[in-house]
Amino acid sequence: MNWGDWVSDANNIVFLVLALVMVAAAVRVVTSPNVIHAALMLVVALAGSAGLFLMLGAEFVAWTLVLVYIGAVVVLFLFGIMITRAPTGRDPVRLDHARRWPAAVVALGTFVTIATVTVMYFEDAPVEGAVSRSADLGEVLFDRYVIPFEAVSFVLLAALIGGIVLARKDPER
Amino acid sequence: MTNVLIAYAEEGAHEVAGLVDGGILAQYAWLIPVVPLVAMFLIVFVGKRLPMKGWELAEASMLFVAVYGVALLVTNASNGISYESSVEIARIGSFVIEWGWVVDGLSIMMYTVVGVVGLAVFTYAKGYMKGDIRFTWFFAAFTMFAGAMLVLVSSANMIQLIVGWELVGLASYLLIGHYWEDHENNAAATKAFLTNKIADVGLFVGVIIIAVTVGSFRFDAILQAVADGDSALAQVAFWAGLALFIGAMGKSAQFPFHVWLPDAMAGPTPVSSLMHAATMVTAGVYLLGRMFPLFQTDGFATDVKAIILVVGAVTLFATGLVALVQDDIKKVLAYSTLSQLGYMTVAMGAGAYTAGLFHLFTHAFFKGLLFLCAGSVIHAVHSNNMSDMGGLRRTMPWTFRTFVIGSLALAGVFPLAGFWSKDEILASVQYDASGSGGTLASAVLVVAIAGAFVTAFYMARAVYLTFFGEYKGHAQPHESPKVMTYPLIGLGALSIVAGFANVPGLYGGFTEWLAARPFVMGDHHFESFNFGLAGIGMAVVLAGIVAGTLLWRRDAATQRDRDRFRIPVLYPLLSHKYYIDDFYMKGVIDPIKGPIARFVDWTNTTIIDAVVNAFGGVARVLSRVVYGGIDQRGIDLAINAIAGGTGEAGEALRRTTTGRMQQYAGALFAGAVLLVLGFLIFT
Amino acid sequence: MTVSQFLVLGALLFSIGIYGVLVRRNAVLVLLSVELMLAAVNINMVVFGADIGDLLLAGQVFALFVITVAAAEVGIGLAIIVLIFRNRSSANVDELDLMRW
Repeated sequence: MNWGDWVSDANNIVFLVLALVMVAAAVRVVTSPNVIHAALMLVVALAGSAGLFLMLGAEFVAWTLVLVYIGAVVVLFLFGIMITRAPTGRDPVRLDHARRWPAAVVALGTFVTIATVTVMYFEDAPVEGAVSRSADLGEVLFDRYVIPFEAVSFVLLAALIGGIVLARKDPER
Repeated sequence: MTNVLIAYAEEGAHEVAGLVDGGILAQYAWLIPVVPLVAMFLIVFVGKRLPMKGWELAEASMLFVAVYGVALLVTNASNGISYESSVEIARIGSFVIEWGWVVDGLSIMMYTVVGVVGLAVFTYAKGYMKGDIRFTWFFAAFTMFAGAMLVLVSSANMIQLIVGWELVGLASYLLIGHYWEDHENNAAATKAFLTNKIADVGLFVGVIIIAVTVGSFRFDAILQAVADGDSALAQVAFWAGLALFIGAMGKSAQFPFHVWLPDAMAGPTPVSSLMHAATMVTAGVYLLGRMFPLFQTDGFATDVKAIILVVGAVTLFATGLVALVQDDIKKVLAYSTLSQLGYMTVAMGAGAYTAGLFHLFTHAFFKGLLFLCAGSVIHAVHSNNMSDMGGLRRTMPWTFRTFVIGSLALAGVFPLAGFWSKDEILASVQYDASGSGGTLASAVLVVAIAGAFVTAFYMARAVYLTFFGEYKGHAQPHESPKVMTYPLIGLGALSIVAGFANVPGLYGGFTEWLAARPFVMGDHHFESFNFGLAGIGMAVVLAGIVAGTLLWRRDAATQRDRDRFRIPVLYPLLSHKYYIDDFYMKGVIDPIKGPIARFVDWTNTTIIDAVVNAFGGVARVLSRVVYGGIDQRGIDLAINAIAGGTGEAGEALRRTTTGRMQQYAGALFAGAVLLVLGFLIFT
Repeated sequence: MTVSQFLVLGALLFSIGIYGVLVRRNAVLVLLSVELMLAAVNINMVVFGADIGDLLLAGQVFALFVITVAAAEVGIGLAIIVLIFRNRSSANVDELDLMRW
């Protein structure tokens, strides 16, 4: 399909806006010299992806992402930055490596490969943004995917305990 | 039965009929040479530990041979035996090398001679060699000699004959040099060996010519070719026969190869008795006897007989004369042996097969006896020289009696053994003179008769100087012990009766025994006794004895004066043995030792060594090239490069492990992308 | 809406995340970039789920699990970084090269 047809769909305009915001935010995440700015840009990128989910009808996933990712993980990141005394604000010490072009090449290569393959395979296949009910998701989660669900809860438990054990101060002898 | 043999022979048939194969005695006749050789090995290994130091083994082996030989002789006397058996040992091309044994008239006669005389000498030697530091070794060598001689006379083919021939030569060398502490004895042993070796060239050439022409080494094959009139053999027969005779001249010490026998007297007397009187020196005559048809049959080697006659006659007379001027009693007997061997050779040259071998037979007994007596005297007087002897007939009665018997037998006095055999030789020469021998044989006959005079003369001298008159020496002579005198008596008895084995006209036993061979020998057999010739012979001998008595049966002082009398020209010639030894020494040996030896040495060092060193040098250069150029620079470099390269690659790759996580991650992502790309592109 | 546009966007975010992982020197920022990559993966999952019209909603479920595991991983990762910082008083990944030759 050509550009005109694509743009005529209102969904695609929303998509385009969201995409641009997300990409810009992502680029700022990886290039910002300010650590706090990088973390906050991540918030923007994640928020954008939540919007995409909404477009695709995955409401529950979208709001979980906002809750967990933006609410908890990024806050955790900020705590981590504080504890490790990462240089907040502008800092004379560079945050990036001196030679950045090998990484750029690898990233570019990856993008080209994946994008080409994808477009070659999927072409103009449309996707419906059918809204899925949370109740259905809940049902299937505890019915069909109960074992992975329990396993993941164990992962969380392990992470919890592990985090505490790793980060605590050495016990007094 | 046996008269039929001779009848068949005389009829011109080439092969003798009516012979038997000898049965078990002949089948086991291979024991005859083998038993002494086995005894030799036993003596070498265990002899010293035996009570009689190995003599028992030697004596036992000789007893075995003597008994076996006599048994065969008796069997042969009733029925002529002719038996031959061979075992193939090797094959070279078309030539077969065999080991065989012959049992026929000639072999049986030789077995008996070696056995009986050997038995007597071995018994005697036990007493003579008593106290000798190399007693056991002496008997080992002596037994080896006996075994080798029996190998020689039992051989069925020429190769085996050569083996026996050379082994007796070796035994002779070892035994002549028995007292090797004295350098002269070594020289004598070497002289004997070398002279024999030079003459052996003739033997080898003769054997090769005959073997190549006939295609076989076997005697019966060769004599069959002669009987068949084989033309190829007839063409080469003269040269083959001459070559064989030259070989025989060496072993039987004919002029000019006679020089070694007098010097061989350096060995112990038993050795002189057995080897250089009775057996080894007769090997040449035996060879002529074995190959007799080659020389006797028309068209073959008959012309060689003239040469044989001349050589024999010269030896006979010349050496007899030299015996007249010898002071050493053993040297007298040595020259006498040479002279008697000349008689045997003359007989062969005159075509008298039986006469020559009959003289061999009787000579073995009386000459062996004479040497043993001489040894007995030497043992008692501790000196070889007759000028230290005299008057011993009173102190050594048995030695005296047997020595006289032996001397009379040697001189040829009726009715002792030598009379019959020498007379038969004279008769045969006379017969030959009237036949094919012609004037040459007549001349030889005269020489032989003159030789009989000389023989009687020098033996009479020896007897009187040794046993009559007064004792001129300084020791205490006494009779020898019984172990030495009993063999003397035994041989003395044989010297008396052995001659009766062949009385022409009365009893032809010996002739028949010898004729027991597959082929006819073609020699003339006398029907009746030749009284005329016998009379001349006896007259000559008596003249010699009388002359000797007149000159030498005197008191000590006259004997000494007579002995010192020197006939002007004749004496130096005789005492220097016709200067032959000097000629050999200065004309032959010194040039070889000097210029020729130096030339050969120069050739070896300059030419041959240079070639060998050149090869060595080339090898060294090549090896240096291979090592330095190829190995060090090429192969080693390649291998070191591989090892070094591996190391350096490792060094280089090591730097990729930086420990930095981001670099690892980068590599991971890049690799994944490449893999995917690869999949996409290639599938 | 086409599937491709979502997937291309996801690929883009993923690649930017890779760039960040490889380039940033602070360990926390590296972890941040990993989070970006995981977000891109989430987009892919949901799009695929929507594309096949799955009644079992496998794509969304997968995305949920990815979020959960990402949270757990961030917790542990930051704990480790804190530990390293305590030992070395620096969160610079270039200095974490003890496993070198």
